[in-house]
Amino acid sequence: MAKHAERSLLDRYAVHAGQDAIQQLRQLARPLSGLKVVHVNSTRQGGGVAEILVKLVPLMQELGLDTSWEVIEGNDDFFACTKSFHNALQGKNLRIPEPLLRVYEQVNAANADKLRPVLEAADFVFIHDPQPAPLLSHCTERRGRWIWRCHIDLSHPYRPVWNYLRQFVASYDASIFSLEAFAPTLPHPVFIIPPSIDPLSEKNQPLTEREVRKVLEEFSIDPNRPMILQVSRFDRFKDPLGVIQAYRLATQFVPSLQLVLAGGGAVDDPEGEGVLREVREAAEGDPDIHVLSSGHYSDRTINALQTAADIVLQKSLREGFGLTVTEAMWKGKPVIGGNTGGIRLQITNHRTGFLVDTPEGAAMRIRYLLFERHRIGQIGNNARELVRQSFLNTRHLREYLTLMVALLHGVEDRIELE
Amino acid sequence: MVDFAIKDCTLAIVATGRRAQTLRELRNILRDIHPGCVYHHFWGTLLRAQFSDREFNNDFATWCHHSLHDNRAAERLAVIDPADYADMEGLRQEVIEVIDERLDETELMLFARADQQFHFVRSVIVVFDTYRRVADPAEFVHLLPELSIGSIFYHFIDARRREPVGVDDFRAWLLGLGQEYEGLCGALAEVDPYFESLFVLRSRLAELFAEHLGATQPDTPPAPSRGG
Repeated sequence: MAKHAERSLLDRYAVHAGQDAIQQLRQLARPLSGLKVVHVNSTRQGGGVAEILVKLVPLMQELGLDTSWEVIEGNDDFFACTKSFHNALQGKNLRIPEPLLRVYEQVNAANADKLRPVLEAADFVFIHDPQPAPLLSHCTERRGRWIWRCHIDLSHPYRPVWNYLRQFVASYDASIFSLEAFAPTLPHPVFIIPPSIDPLSEKNQPLTEREVRKVLEEFSIDPNRPMILQVSRFDRFKDPLGVIQAYRLATQFVPSLQLVLAGGGAVDDPEGEGVLREVREAAEGDPDIHVLSSGHYSDRTINALQTAADIVLQKSLREGFGLTVTEAMWKGKPVIGGNTGGIRLQITNHRTGFLVDTPEGAAMRIRYLLFERHRIGQIGNNARELVRQSFLNTRHLREYLTLMVALLHGVEDRIELE
Repeated sequence: MVDFAIKDCTLAIVATGRRAQTLRELRNILRDIHPGCVYHHFWGTLLRAQFSDREFNNDFATWCHHSLHDNRAAERLAVIDPADYADMEGLRQEVIEVIDERLDETELMLFARADQQFHFVRSVIVVFDTYRRVADPAEFVHLLPELSIGSIFYHFIDARRREPVGVDDFRAWLLGLGQEYEGLCGALAEVDPYFESLFVLRSRLAELFAEHLGATQPDTPPAPSRGG
């Protein structure tokens, strides 16, 4: 810890992203120096957005931007409503009762009363996801630019819910989506900024061999035999049954193979419980299939499993961006991924992994990699390099800064700073 | 002698909400799409990290190959050199011409999968000064490996659409310094900017400067493996 205290956060990132990338951030931030930036979301801990902000905010501060992070407060009904938003925006046909929508609006009005001075004084306000989206409508004296950052896959939203939220979002100065395919048409500039991973987080920092071994022992995984891994919820779109089928096809040629399926519990998801039951039935009788589903696994545990795996699978049938793919690639693993969504942005066949459409395709690639084992290292190195270049949070920060400069200059095609 | 001013650039990507699933749709949208989209799909896309071979050079050709599986269209679109066109309108017309020619000769209507449509986006390019100045070309031997890929993009690729059109900034500067740099200029002219990642390009440029102007090879950052 003492060693970290001596170095700035930017310097710590330079180790991973390169000094040139950090120098570029410093230069790009110069015209934004001293501007007031406020990020708003609905939780300070847990969830992908908080994970991003916990580093993005101090990095922006270190670059000279006067940055703060506000969190809105809500009651159980508010969060029940926003959870339904989340599911509906990702495609579930969910009617949200009117009383819950009124709670959503009232909670935002109450939060606006508290945050109004900070928000109206800011030069840039980043509102993350639907929870705080109506805040803008309560800040009539705002002077800065307001940006709605949507972290959700909005490619197939349930229309009535999106149309309800759209009324709040349309008034923003800009919005940000993770992929082109997620972006709806809105009456303001819609920026595309893919997500990223944090190389300094517990999920992604290098672990000692001892720690990795300990995790393998905990789950009775043999460290001396090949292991393939999929980390994901037990959800049909992640195709865990297809992964088991691919494993079985591959074991005909690699009998020593082990499969680990690691995912969170499915306590509040009846469909997920059903999928998990089917996965357990399919795995029954095979001691080399490890279904890890009993509750929440720590980031370090998942990190250890990814580090130990020979090959990582993400055989999704439908996927948002697929950050588990990025995490595995950062650990130098070849990933066999479903030919869908953001996975396609990360994987190029034979370069950084393999894209597959069927369990048979996944089995063929597993066999190939375990037969040509030197390819595991080659592809894994390329994969790590691609993540270093494109999917670390320093790139994410650079694109936020670029967007801010663009908004200050009217989103012209070409902006030449003095 | 005028010093070389090192600049840097970054891109913001802006969605247009317009997408194509067939070659005809691609052509129809191209007719009236924002010129910034033509820039992005030819030039801006080169600033994205990429590990696939850039055999198709631009997004239109890549989409025809990977999503429409129309290799004739892909190959013809791929040979369009955007540096040959003084402005985006000329480039737009050439792309439309090539697509029209392909549409005339084929009776097949090829569709991309619903999740592999062509999404038109445009770039906002932000150019900024690094305040680094180079007086002697030999300084580049040690400086080039330290430049960001944004600087490489700006001076070696984006430069080709600025005056003098078709020439990168390094050559444009060196040519004004005298005949002694003709050899290096010739070598730089041989570097095709469209097939390699910017990281590999940076290493290649550093090697050329070292070969022609430096006694020792600079410590270049490792270029990513080509995965062969």
